Amino acid sequence: MSEPSAEVPAVLSLSGITKRFGDLVANQTIDLDFFPGEVVALLGENGAGKTTLMNILFGHYVADEGSVRIADHEGKLVPLEQGSPNAALKAGIGMVHQHFTLAENLTGLENILLGTQTLFSPGWQRGRARRKLAEVMKQSGLEVDLDCRVSRLTVGEKQRVEILKALYRDARVLVLDEPTAVLTPQESESLFRTLRALAANGLSVVFISHKMAEVLSASDRIAVLRGGQLVADLPTRVCDRHMLADIMVGRHIEPDERLPSKEGAPLLILKDISTDDGRNALHDLSLSVRGGEILGIAGISGNGQATLARLISGLEPPKSGTIEIDGKRLPADPRKVMAAGIARIPEDRHRDGIVGAMTVAENLAIEAIRSPAFQRLGFLKFSAMASRATEAIEAYDIRCPGPDATARLLSGGNIQKIVLARTLDGDPKVVIAAQPARGLDIGAAEDVHQRLLAARARGAAILLISEDLDELFALSDRIAVIHRGRLSEPQQTEALDRAAVGLMMAGHAPGEAA
Amino acid sequence: MIRFEPRQSVSPVRIAAAPIIAAVLALAIAAIPIWAAGASVFNAYLLMYKGALGSTFAVSELLARATPLILTGLAAAIAFRAKLWNIGAEGQLYAGALAAVAVGSGHLALPPGTLLPLVIIAGAAAGALMMLVPTLLRVRLGADEVVTTLLLNFVILLFVQMMLEGPMKDPLGMGWPQSEPIVDAAVLPKLVERMRVHSGLVVALVLAIAAHIVLKRTVWGFEIRAVGENPAAARHAGIPVTATIVRVGLISGAFAGLAGVGEVAGLKGYLTADLSPGFGYAGIVVAMLAGLSPLGVVLAALFIAGIFVGADSMSRAIGVSNYLADLIVALSLLCVLVSGLFVRFRMRVGGSASAEKP
Amino acid sequence: MIDILDILLTANFWAAAIRIATPLIFGVLGALVCERAGVLNLGIEGIFTAGAMAGWMAVWLGADLWTGVAVAAGTGAAFGLLHAILTVPFGLSQHVSGLGITLFATSASYYAYRTALPDVSSPPRITPFQPLDVDGLSDLPFIGPALFQQTPLTFLAIGLVLLVAVLLNRTPLGLAIRAVGDNPSAVEAQGLSVMKLRTGAIMFGSALMALGGAFLTMSAFDAFFFGMVNGRGWICIALTVFASWRPGKALIGALLFGAFDAFQVRLQTEVGAVVPGQVFLMLPYLLSIVALVVAARGADYPRALLKPYFKGQR
Repeated sequence: MSEPSAEVPAVLSLSGITKRFGDLVANQTIDLDFFPGEVVALLGENGAGKTTLMNILFGHYVADEGSVRIADHEGKLVPLEQGSPNAALKAGIGMVHQHFTLAENLTGLENILLGTQTLFSPGWQRGRARRKLAEVMKQSGLEVDLDCRVSRLTVGEKQRVEILKALYRDARVLVLDEPTAVLTPQESESLFRTLRALAANGLSVVFISHKMAEVLSASDRIAVLRGGQLVADLPTRVCDRHMLADIMVGRHIEPDERLPSKEGAPLLILKDISTDDGRNALHDLSLSVRGGEILGIAGISGNGQATLARLISGLEPPKSGTIEIDGKRLPADPRKVMAAGIARIPEDRHRDGIVGAMTVAENLAIEAIRSPAFQRLGFLKFSAMASRATEAIEAYDIRCPGPDATARLLSGGNIQKIVLARTLDGDPKVVIAAQPARGLDIGAAEDVHQRLLAARARGAAILLISEDLDELFALSDRIAVIHRGRLSEPQQTEALDRAAVGLMMAGHAPGEAA
Repeated sequence: MIRFEPRQSVSPVRIAAAPIIAAVLALAIAAIPIWAAGASVFNAYLLMYKGALGSTFAVSELLARATPLILTGLAAAIAFRAKLWNIGAEGQLYAGALAAVAVGSGHLALPPGTLLPLVIIAGAAAGALMMLVPTLLRVRLGADEVVTTLLLNFVILLFVQMMLEGPMKDPLGMGWPQSEPIVDAAVLPKLVERMRVHSGLVVALVLAIAAHIVLKRTVWGFEIRAVGENPAAARHAGIPVTATIVRVGLISGAFAGLAGVGEVAGLKGYLTADLSPGFGYAGIVVAMLAGLSPLGVVLAALFIAGIFVGADSMSRAIGVSNYLADLIVALSLLCVLVSGLFVRFRMRVGGSASAEKP
Repeated sequence: MIDILDILLTANFWAAAIRIATPLIFGVLGALVCERAGVLNLGIEGIFTAGAMAGWMAVWLGADLWTGVAVAAGTGAAFGLLHAILTVPFGLSQHVSGLGITLFATSASYYAYRTALPDVSSPPRITPFQPLDVDGLSDLPFIGPALFQQTPLTFLAIGLVLLVAVLLNRTPLGLAIRAVGDNPSAVEAQGLSVMKLRTGAIMFGSALMALGGAFLTMSAFDAFFFGMVNGRGWICIALTVFASWRPGKALIGALLFGAFDAFQVRLQTEVGAVVPGQVFLMLPYLLSIVALVVAARGADYPRALLKPYFKGQR
């Protein structure tokens, strides 16, 4: 591993960065230097201030206090104009956002060239760009079909286009926000190999992460943010997992414990399900989940999980095959699905989980709004809604000003608690949880996991769809892998190893994985 | 850079203030065209005020003008709540009026006392039917209802002209393209002797209150709001999204149809192709000024009616074109959009940031 | 008996079709430029009216015709700027803002016309653009009379189709406009200003719409009438979907529409005695609805259309 020596001057220097949003201090007097040739991991929970810091660096936000300085061509640090992505780009800072900033209707080449030419110049002059990109691709090993429309690229290819965008502009500092969130373990490894090679060529690489394993294996130096403050800045070789976890959370965390449970009869049975949704289609998918069991579905987003969740949620019927719950055919109607005892935790909680403009109380009542509990002769029972909300706020520790608070203004964790309170409270027979802890901080994720384990202990059959192997291995009794709409044979979690699951997520047959 | 930060809580005072500020601002801006026409701004506004509120007759005119505006305002408000962009209230109004004269001009033999209710129902049904078509085109085929409702306005008006020059032409109309008059039994009674304000106003007010109760206190209203704010989440939560949108379309069209009934059965007595001076479009402004609240619609309709009545009167007195009224109405819409923004958001100038917390 | 072929094969028929299509070509081009940048511009109907009024008024006050055209375009751009301010930095509803612009531009035009000409009973006339007579070409069989009965504004419209097509598909600016209508954060991440791009596109698109209006008063007719735009703006919005936001298809769509309209006018003279005239007048609107419904199912709307964008938001 390369070690930045004292003589190498910093390429980028942050000093005294403070950023407030109203009462919230997102970053507090942060000092951090970045050197050429090193890979720095910026570690922290969701909400620790990592993304805010990087947005200041890239000019999306302006710091309330402090300065950002970047080395000029003589190596002297000069202040970077704040609040201007253009200035950051010109100074050689490249950023790969977690949600890709690509225009899907353009090709990879067009996305890379966007903004690099004078807008009012006539014509293309693409020959030189192609030659330079060919060179960049050869050097970095980031191969991608530049003339393919981005909408047709895989997630990994899109990420390569994003990195090429920065390299094409001769970036000196490359910032990646949660770059592995959407990759298989193997793709992640390959990405880190590339980043390592780029650093060896003199690039300064910074990646943001909350996954300890990759931080430890892929970085030279680790900076830890907690509650907006920089609480550690250490060489990676002196760090270990437990120490980082404690620094990151500020307290000792217990891993989720899955007690053995008595397995009941199969409650959810899918037989030979096929759909045609293009890339998200399912092919002859069968599975069965018993009461008191969590079946984990591992897979990279976009392999049919969303379709699977929609089918079981009653949002659409399968083209062929049957879904049975407790021995009865499941109709494709959300209301009947709920009546059958299925609790649904949707993947995109902001889009499908809550109506942001309505209140906490209304969102808690929405699934049962036609039941006699909340209406009489079509008129709403406001007091029943309010008391139900008060109970749920208490029982699920939903942090909000009260039942009448607008749901949109709550944090992601509290929004997920509304969804949990609404769906799990009726003692459901089956729970379908899609990416239930994605984007939540450790505390909120832990809470979600405890709720799912509690439902399991009550005898519910739980289908857990996730991309997070830590989560799947901690919670699931059995795990199956979904790839291109086909599901592997589920196996006992204890009998599986992570590398094998990773390979299956990338499409290798189980035999090859062994 | 300008940026907007959402306010955590919005006080009712601010919400109420937005349309008032918008109205005042619109009137202030409209001073420029009055001045450009060479008239005294103060005098013009004084005449407008007198024309709208200066006498019992003026108030009666104001209320008569507000009646269709309340109904088209409700049509827009309830549809916009569900994000169903019904811009076709103008056409639905004519459809309602046409149905009203078809039923109400005395060709049906009916028991006494049943004709007026039947006229009202026919008008509402015709309006609802005209909105059902674009609603179904949207939910079944994905055709944008903004464009279809706008285009249908022209189709319906041409259809009305065709009927008035053809099968429904009044043989005693001296050749004018107008319908036969509504018979006495189908006329909406006057509220005040020798004044034009009629009982359609009472119908409109009752419907405004009913719409308020439905939106605020019933399951239907809950579902309409949920579908309007987030159809994906509403569907996920088991709310019948398509049925709700169709229901809203029918109600919205019926309101607009009733506006047409009121104009022929309460005011004019017969149908001509220039029945509405744009009540359908003005209804959109009324609804937006009201913040899509049904009770607010009543107040906003009174304001807009005042502008129309006052401008007519002022125009007759000092010759400033009464297109000024349309201008003020349009300015009110643009102003209320902007003032609504400042109610919900705080504007910060300088720096750069997002509208959201990290 | 009417022989359809007889109608379709006359140069006069195609001359009429092209004449009817011209304002729509301007309008659809304008609408598609706005929508490609991610902003629906329902101000179109009013901007048509304002362009018609302003262009005519300038000429009536003594300006030459091309100055009138420039005045119309400038007026359109000004209303476009207003729409841009409301929808881009303020992020307000594009539907409501656009309707507001239509009401505002229409009423302002009518008010200005009435104020300038308080007491005229018959609208004053100007000398409009004359057919572009090119020696030799006008005498070509069929094509000559069909094409060279047209005024310079028709040729401007066809030229603009080419210009917009090249601009969108062949220049860095067009690349940025297409990107900002798909994913504004992609544009911002590459150091370009979403606000400037969208504002510029809306102003340019609105200027084109105003030229459609100017054609009506300065080429098709020679005076300004109330209600003369008569839904042409809304038809353009429907045709934009039909044209899948492509300039070439916009031209074809507008010409098809013009041909249909010219055809129904001729049909009307044949069977006008039995079928009321209004039936024919309804057809263009119904045709637009049908075109929209046909195109709606597979329509590939610009992904960022109707979605406001705030800086730093992803």
